[in-house]
Amino acid sequence: MEKSQELKDHFRDQEKIQKTFLVHNTDFEVRTLDASGINESELVHPWWFNIKYLLAGIIFGILLVKSEVISWFRIQEMFRLQSFHMYGVIGSAVVTGMISIWLIKKFKVKTIHGEPIELIPRKFNKGQIYGGLLFGLGWALTGACPGPLYAILGTGASVILVTLLSAVAGTWLYGLMRERLPH
Amino acid sequence: MLEILRQPWPWYIAGPLIGIMVPALLILGNKSFGISSSLRHICAACVPANIPFFKYDWKKEIWNLVFVAGILLGGYLAFNILQNPGPVLVNPALVSDLNNYGIDNFNGLVPADIFNWSALLTIKGIIIIVGGGLLVGFGTRYAGGCTSGHSIMGLSSLQWPSLVATICFMVGGFVMTNLLLPYILKL
Repeated sequence: MEKSQELKDHFRDQEKIQKTFLVHNTDFEVRTLDASGINESELVHPWWFNIKYLLAGIIFGILLVKSEVISWFRIQEMFRLQSFHMYGVIGSAVVTGMISIWLIKKFKVKTIHGEPIELIPRKFNKGQIYGGLLFGLGWALTGACPGPLYAILGTGASVILVTLLSAVAGTWLYGLMRERLPH
Repeated sequence: MLEILRQPWPWYIAGPLIGIMVPALLILGNKSFGISSSLRHICAACVPANIPFFKYDWKKEIWNLVFVAGILLGGYLAFNILQNPGPVLVNPALVSDLNNYGIDNFNGLVPADIFNWSALLTIKGIIIIVGGGLLVGFGTRYAGGCTSGHSIMGLSSLQWPSLVATICFMVGGFVMTNLLLPYILKL
């Protein structure tokens, strides 16, 4: 009788250890689930190393404004096929990105900290269809995808804060309903 | 010099520069270009509510939040130092189309006739400002990325699921603009 209790305790402890172990080790999987901007680096840096991403963001923000891709009117033109502008911006950005990644792979370019550059392959799921369609509807309504939301807010269109908070709420709702949605 | 920079930048200058963000982030620290994830990190940091999808160490992705803070700052700088001398020059056909819906102000980046605080008291304003935001947040996470993560980063690295996502973004956009928006703008 005592022995079986001991055994039970032992198994319970084992389970506990396994659970904590899993929690720790699944963090990367949970973080990268349905994710795009992913941290691939295993290096730990002091906080101020993040300033380089602030600078990259500032440059990207300026590009979004000056290319006018954050203009609601430009998005309307694109979806009415009234202008080539948006197709030109996105198309030439993709071509530049493709050539860059091809060069990175070909010459095995490393990061400035000497890490090899890694790319996580995307897995297909139905979310890319259903979610893609829903996002498309929202993109045409607001005239903004997430990046432009931040940039437009920066230009001083304060009511966009409500759109940004709604987008956070939409993401939260997705997290809440995730298990019940088709994937 | 500043005068030239103040003009709108043509697509063949701005597009490739946006594309360079992809290798820049990879070389700066092995980061995949993407922005919609920042919305999720905000959820994980502020209102995780015990939802498994938000139970992860968001501090490991803090770079993404710093990056979007930079975008906000960049928007501020571009608007205040490098602002276009005039309004965004769009197709005259769009101008006359939108005039029919009472949109006459083409000065800002967003139409002031729709995006203003008092519009939040109208059904049209709530659908566009709040409903649109909800769709953007829900849709991008469901799809696993937005225009940056899928259409630019994903296509650049030849991921076919990103092509599927991009096609669906476009289909959704065409349906909204041409079939649904005319009714919403009439409200």
